[in-house]
Amino acid sequence: MSDTTRETPLLDELEKGPWPSFIKEIKKERERPMVGDLLGLLERSYGERVGHWKHGGLVGVMGYGGGVIGRYSDLPEEFPSVAEFHTIRVNQPSGLFYSSDALRTLCNIWDKHGSGLTNMHGSTGDIVFLGCRTEALEEVFSELTEAGFDLGGSGSDLRTPSCCVGPGRCEWACYDTLDICNDITQSFQDELHRPMFPYKYKFKFAGCPNDCVASVARSDCSIIGTWKDDIQIKADEVLAYANNGVDIEKEICQLCPTGCISWDGKALDIDNGECVKCMHCINVMPKALAPGKERGATILIGGKAPIIGGALLAAVMVPFIEMEAPYEDLKELTEAIWDFWGEHGKNRERVGEFIQRVGLSNFLDEIGLEPVPEMVVHPRTNPYIFFVDEDEEDDDE
Amino acid sequence: MNKQRKTDIGPPHYEKFLPPIIKKNYGKWAYHEVPEQGVLVHTAESGDKLYSLRVASSRLLSIATIRLFADLADKYCDGYLRFTTRNNVEFLLSDGAKVAPLRAELEAEGYPAGGIGNAISNIVHTQGWVHCHSAATDASGVVKSLMDELMPHFTNMDLPAKMRVAFACCLNMCGAVHCSDIAVLGVHTRAPRIDHNELPKVCEVPSLVASCPTGAIRPATVDGNQSVTIEEGQCMYCGNCYTVCPSVKINNPESDGISIWVGGKVSNARREPTFSKLAIPFLPNNPPRWPEVVEAVTGIVNIWKDNANKHERLGEWIDRIGWSRFFEMTGIPFTRYHIDDFTHAGETYKRSAQIRQ
Repeated sequence: MSDTTRETPLLDELEKGPWPSFIKEIKKERERPMVGDLLGLLERSYGERVGHWKHGGLVGVMGYGGGVIGRYSDLPEEFPSVAEFHTIRVNQPSGLFYSSDALRTLCNIWDKHGSGLTNMHGSTGDIVFLGCRTEALEEVFSELTEAGFDLGGSGSDLRTPSCCVGPGRCEWACYDTLDICNDITQSFQDELHRPMFPYKYKFKFAGCPNDCVASVARSDCSIIGTWKDDIQIKADEVLAYANNGVDIEKEICQLCPTGCISWDGKALDIDNGECVKCMHCINVMPKALAPGKERGATILIGGKAPIIGGALLAAVMVPFIEMEAPYEDLKELTEAIWDFWGEHGKNRERVGEFIQRVGLSNFLDEIGLEPVPEMVVHPRTNPYIFFVDEDEEDDDE
Repeated sequence: MNKQRKTDIGPPHYEKFLPPIIKKNYGKWAYHEVPEQGVLVHTAESGDKLYSLRVASSRLLSIATIRLFADLADKYCDGYLRFTTRNNVEFLLSDGAKVAPLRAELEAEGYPAGGIGNAISNIVHTQGWVHCHSAATDASGVVKSLMDELMPHFTNMDLPAKMRVAFACCLNMCGAVHCSDIAVLGVHTRAPRIDHNELPKVCEVPSLVASCPTGAIRPATVDGNQSVTIEEGQCMYCGNCYTVCPSVKINNPESDGISIWVGGKVSNARREPTFSKLAIPFLPNNPPRWPEVVEAVTGIVNIWKDNANKHERLGEWIDRIGWSRFFEMTGIPFTRYHIDDFTHAGETYKRSAQIRQ
């Protein structure tokens, strides 16, 4: 039987100290048999230095292939209440904004059917409900959709898109990250809920090159806000920063990656043609400087964590594009990528690895983009060029 | 069920959750200031001011705590709050006078404010032993142990630049920690052990063989059982096989541990985004407080803090002083494991005589 009062001397150590304690969080729900057993299983892991979970078994809600991750204890006899302890990913609202009522609605659903434990939020951005029995999944799903929520992605599907706070609260947002995140999520519900890709595909929308959602490292399609025209300068505010202790020569001019800023003690001069939009000067003096007015985004493709072929940062595909609803250009590009990668990608091959295997030039041909120098750090150094027979190419057209 | 089953409705529209001050000034913010650690003040072109109070959270939250946050949002923020991408909670206030009492109430409940600017923000992390099948170590416990020590850098702004610390409990890095100032990463260091008696009963050999990204798993008859063997030299410990077959046991209490990686970043400010590089290949897995990991991370933070220039993130500081000096100053031994041997390893070999002798 489940025991909600068992002793957990190792875990109790993690209730001490000033930082918020996850053990205190778990114990707040320990009257539930599921959570009592979770504490027992976790204490066991701490003692044995090994995890006690198994993956496996297809679980989910009817008609969906993603959104639920099956999780089973490998000690079901000792800890029967966590024999099934699945994860439910609930698609978060853009920008992780909530009303207190919406949070209470989520809590009430999870109170009724699950462990009462969550992650706010998971690594990809979803609201994560930790620990659900198979039999309760449909009910949780039904109540979620009644309340206006839906599941996120998992497996080889479009993963839940996510974004930075954007124009909701940031003066640096170069496009509407909240709107596009919602738009793309709603436009591709089928791809999100029914795995049909070689592997996962992630979108992350960052409003400026500070990339607060780590899109370049963590998404297959990284959209990073940028601008084309001049950095906006408020000269009096620059002076105010200088008078309040910012050493403009040292902290701004010398740290500019292209050395395009000069300062004569009175006024800042930026050679905007040389600016690479790194954001450093704007970050240091947010009251004085702001991105330009001709705003858009850079599209980079292929970022990923190490599994399987090693980590990749996303690579530039479109140096500048205006990002206005309904985002047709991005959607067309995305569908061209999905078509090519979907047909030729190997099982569990992320699009970044796929591009390396087939070659960026071939990839560009297939998705319909012209090569431009912004796509490379430098041109090739090896002379083994595979020349295309132009006549043959013409014959195809 | 009587009602029509709803599917594919997607997430609720965010506009429903934006406070009136944000709706009014959407896309029209002029600038922001940080009057004190934990508080952001955004001023709109209209002159309106939005106050955001950022507090720590353990990411793993009970519904009891979420309800507490909801009640506090009602009391101070007309019911509006948000979470950050690093799992902090931000209370959104239009009345600046309410920031201090809200802060006091949150701090009394154990949720300190901070994490803005030249500070260490919350450590993004994975599930660990709480919920993951391939975790080499726990996530929440290591993060709690680290942040208990690092918290003064969360509640103050006493660092040369921002520092982003991230944690993933195995080398698949579902937390994508690979571009962090400091990445703490659980590692498996041995090929999985196979339960040849159990395997034929619970696993399909062909799908198990197909699951291995390096082709290290081969079908074999072992003691009369239809099972597999693993070419140990080819195994990179990804645990993919364990995901499809629980009889191939990747988790190993004797050989699992923690590694430390440094100098990555994702922002474009000054330097381009870059990966974190290996600092310490292996530290013991020592629950419940992981003292070796805490000591190693705080040691790196302190040396960087004392030696870096203003605005210089950890990787930028290391670029300036060179890796030799980094290892010398931190006292971390440089070993054969620091030299890459994966796909593009050659690109990391030094091929010049420009050396600090």
